[in-house]
Amino acid sequence: MTHPLPAVEPLISGLAQGISRTLIQQNRPDPVMVGIRTGGVWLATRLHAMLGLRSLLGTLNINFYRDDFTRIGMHPRVTPSNVPFDVQDRHIVLIDDVLHTGRTIRAALNEIFDYGRPASVTLGVLVERSGRELPIHADVAAQRLDLTAYQHVKLMGPDPLELVIQRLA
Amino acid sequence: MIRRDLQVDTHGRLKHFLTIEGLGSELLLRILDTAESFAGVGDRAVKKVPLLRGKTIVNLFFEPSTRTLTTFELAAKRLSADVLNINVGASSTTKGETLLDTLRTLEAMQCDMFVVRHAQSGAASFIARHTAPHISVVNGGDGRHAHPTQALLDLFTIRRHKGVLQGLRIAIVGDIANSRVARSQIHALTAVGVAEIRVVAPKTLIPSGVDSLGVRVFYRLTEGLRDVDVIMMLRLQKERMQGAVLPSTHEYFHFYGLTEERLSLAKPDAIVMHPGPLNRGVEIESEVADGAQSVILEQVRYGIAVRMAVMALTLGSHASRERSEP
Repeated sequence: MTHPLPAVEPLISGLAQGISRTLIQQNRPDPVMVGIRTGGVWLATRLHAMLGLRSLLGTLNINFYRDDFTRIGMHPRVTPSNVPFDVQDRHIVLIDDVLHTGRTIRAALNEIFDYGRPASVTLGVLVERSGRELPIHADVAAQRLDLTAYQHVKLMGPDPLELVIQRLA
Repeated sequence: MIRRDLQVDTHGRLKHFLTIEGLGSELLLRILDTAESFAGVGDRAVKKVPLLRGKTIVNLFFEPSTRTLTTFELAAKRLSADVLNINVGASSTTKGETLLDTLRTLEAMQCDMFVVRHAQSGAASFIARHTAPHISVVNGGDGRHAHPTQALLDLFTIRRHKGVLQGLRIAIVGDIANSRVARSQIHALTAVGVAEIRVVAPKTLIPSGVDSLGVRVFYRLTEGLRDVDVIMMLRLQKERMQGAVLPSTHEYFHFYGLTEERLSLAKPDAIVMHPGPLNRGVEIESEVADGAQSVILEQVRYGIAVRMAVMALTLGSHASRERSEP
């Protein structure tokens, strides 16, 4: 069972403005952007163009950094991460679709640090929902949602991008 | 013949990796795709992913090896596993311990995987059948039977260079009779559906019944190389040869050594492969081994990614089995 949610396009515009403002406030010049597969990459592709970033977009696939490998095993056909720039001393804008438990972001941060030591990481998400299990927060979130543990919010895409809530059995 | 269900569980997941036979192209390609995603790890600042953190992998080598051992070791380390290299030939078996006692001892140390290399055909599957159920066994080469990770890294290298595997014409040249590499290569290339597999060697190095594997046999190198896309050279396995199968290595090179002149008979963009270690001037001339068409060192590098994939898939399938079959 699914419920439609606010339209995604206005949320992306809000996210772009929020990221832009935060980068200026925090004095983080010449940032590079990294999206987390799959939904985060869809968003990052849009944001990267809207913010007019010069360096190529990076993509992360955090499957090799998951903390549940020993429970669920290997995902077949993992598209490799691609970080086409040196992260050393760079300001990184990390993009994901939904911030939930915080475990994906933990994994993504670990992976980023295996490429080098960034100057900073700014986290932007489309939806910041309830249910954090780690001390991780978004610097910019376009939408906040209070959901129960049985509700699962998901970005469908890539064309069109659409948020849906699925009720877990 | 190893039963498929020894290697693959009821959900089609890889439990052990013992031979190419019976795995089927879908599973082989899934391993190659997984290897593709590991291939970039070696290029990063930190050449490691934490996937197998806390797992212990034992390289159980009953037969000397440098290349295979080190690439298995590096593969395990790049997945953050702990690695133990045991050269069994030089340890407890010489003190009289049986193979099963060695296994029980290592199981007691709570290991998760054995990579086995043994001079006896069937050794890896014997160990797979007798080891504790939570342990995965990977065949690192057993006698004349199989060397499946070598065949996979060869497929991976060919796919990287040629894009697709179907439609290729491939020559395997040299000591077919004594080569576990050749056997695994033939099974792997057949499974993925290449257009033609040729084996090229003197009669004394062609095993009887090889044509039942669906290969074309050539006794003359100049004929066997004509218009091929890939040349897979084999090492002359002097240590496995018994009796007078060859007059001399000098004469072998004269008739079967890969020279630049003979290489020109193949397609202009043909690649030259060799599993190593090279016998320069015996099966291959240095100009070819070090030449532009040689991909021999790439094979070594890709071997790490392929072995990472095999380790991650086998240990990962154990993880999911424990959850789905409590």
